[in-house]
Amino acid sequence: MRMFSWKSKLLGCLLVCLFLSQAQAKDYDYISISNPFLNKTPIAVTRFKAFSGHEAEVQAGLKAEQILKDGLNFTGYLKVMDPNAFLSDPAESGIQLGQINFKDWTAIGAELLITGGIEEVGGQVKMQLRCMDTFNTRMVVGKIYSAPVSQIRGIIHRFCSEVSKALTGNYGVFGSKLSFVSTVKGNKEIFTCEFDGFNPRQVTTHKSISLSPSWSHDGKWLAYVSYAKGKPDIYIKNIKEKRGAIVNYDGINISPDWMPGQLKLAATLSFSGSQEIYLLTKKGEIIKRITKSWGVNVSPRFSPDGSKIAFTSSRAGTPQIYIQDLDSGEVNRITFTGKYNTSPSWSPDGKKIAYVGIEKNKINIFVIPVDSGSGLPVQLTMDQGDNEDPTWSPDGSLIAFKSNRQGGVGRLFVMTAAGTDQRRLLTLPGEQSEPDWSGSTGFDDRY
Amino acid sequence: MKRNLWMNLMMAVLVAGLFMTVSCAQKTVVSEPTTVEDKTKADAEEAARLEAERIKAQELEEKMAREKEAKIAAAKNRFLNQNIHFEYDSAELSSMAKMILKEKAEWLSANPGVSVMIEGHCDERGTTVYNLALGERRAQACKNYLADLGVSSSRLSMVSYGEEKPLDPGKTEEAYRKNRRAQFVIK
Repeated sequence: MRMFSWKSKLLGCLLVCLFLSQAQAKDYDYISISNPFLNKTPIAVTRFKAFSGHEAEVQAGLKAEQILKDGLNFTGYLKVMDPNAFLSDPAESGIQLGQINFKDWTAIGAELLITGGIEEVGGQVKMQLRCMDTFNTRMVVGKIYSAPVSQIRGIIHRFCSEVSKALTGNYGVFGSKLSFVSTVKGNKEIFTCEFDGFNPRQVTTHKSISLSPSWSHDGKWLAYVSYAKGKPDIYIKNIKEKRGAIVNYDGINISPDWMPGQLKLAATLSFSGSQEIYLLTKKGEIIKRITKSWGVNVSPRFSPDGSKIAFTSSRAGTPQIYIQDLDSGEVNRITFTGKYNTSPSWSPDGKKIAYVGIEKNKINIFVIPVDSGSGLPVQLTMDQGDNEDPTWSPDGSLIAFKSNRQGGVGRLFVMTAAGTDQRRLLTLPGEQSEPDWSGSTGFDDRY
Repeated sequence: MKRNLWMNLMMAVLVAGLFMTVSCAQKTVVSEPTTVEDKTKADAEEAARLEAERIKAQELEEKMAREKEAKIAAAKNRFLNQNIHFEYDSAELSSMAKMILKEKAEWLSANPGVSVMIEGHCDERGTTVYNLALGERRAQACKNYLADLGVSSSRLSMVSYGEEKPLDPGKTEEAYRKNRRAQFVIK
């Protein structure tokens, strides 16, 4: 499990966290995000109380309310209710615990209630946010934040991650980001965006074919493949500091994946004459060779504890998913159904692997338990174009992927880990592919 | 008589013309053009015949050279444009592929100064990363076969483009067949 990093500080702003009441996470196992038959929990979000009531404050409140609702809906396990059903208006009657008439909320089926209040003075905002359990009439999360108006999105997502932690035991997706490939003027470049597809940014300008981005565990490094020098080499880059290395052995240098918790990578190199997986330093030096087999060995993905890799190998004649223990070298084949299974992605709890399977010329995403024999593959996408490149959100609740279901053009989509709520992640010109979801990296390095 | 005069005059002009173009060996023949009329006529006819033959031979030679050039160009074109095709998810060389590669080996041995890049390509079905490896194995299969036929591997380099550079962007079996290929490029 990738842990949430609290070293993040809201950039240049003061964060005040008043613990109005702090629920023990253990007490509140409200929602099990790994339950595929999950019903969405109805949550009511009130309009924000504007304490002084001037225009800038009201506008900031409206903005915060919308970001909050979008964030909660994005989780896939919460359903933000229609305010037309509301029987009371806490923005008028009071947003604190003692001022809430919980019967007004249980009567309309709201299991959770979030109230917000906002004060704006000279470009600074102070926000009170409370999440309440309407049936048990208690506060689940209560926070006060202060920051510049420009940081409202970050503050709201920080609060969302607290709500997520209280409800699921996990901070969720709010402090994570994605990298992906998008076409730009006939070339392929690497892009990044926030967890919900917001703020896509181009981070390479090779004007070449760039592929397969992978985030380091701390979200500071990206490794990707580029043909910038005529053949596929791996570029390792510290995004902020603009430094890094190029892995350019003879042959192909492809499919990098960062080791959890360490700045080491696994990748496929073919300088030996066959496509084998190696463990590399962040400078591209070979630490050791991991696979030794006939056939193609590509797409290594570390287990969340870093002790194993899942990968694609054609050693048995067709591409299938295997798992290899890095110390013992023991190898287990995971997929046995179908003749073409590739692109493994390990769930953050280490129990499942999402992958791409091709059957009858249809490309779809499947999930299979890691312990062989403990279950059959479950198909998550069906009858909606070709679906590839699955990547798990850091809390394991969502899977982002590429689909050409809309007009045959590759776009990024997201769904719950159970395959429900399939929706477009972001809208961008050109064609997108190969999303890679980072771990929880915090809220301060949204460059 | 008048007609004869005209004849002679014409002959004189013709012979004079030949004199300017025909080789030195014929100078002796035409040195006394006006002394014996009949001889002059015969000589002139002979010269014209030789000239015609010479032109014909030259044309033939030029034609052969052109044909040879065309053949060389065609061989080069075939070398560059005749791709090696593969089955789906396979880097195995078919007998057809081997035939084409033999022809390529012949061309390479006839053109010892040339180095080539073998590009490995895939169709779009399958995943980006796996296809990068598959494309490389296709290029490798061609390189190994050519090396077995005696082409120095130092003249053969490879690059895999996976599914990144389809020849035909269509989504038909025919397009996929065209795109699963190894393609030769002169460096």
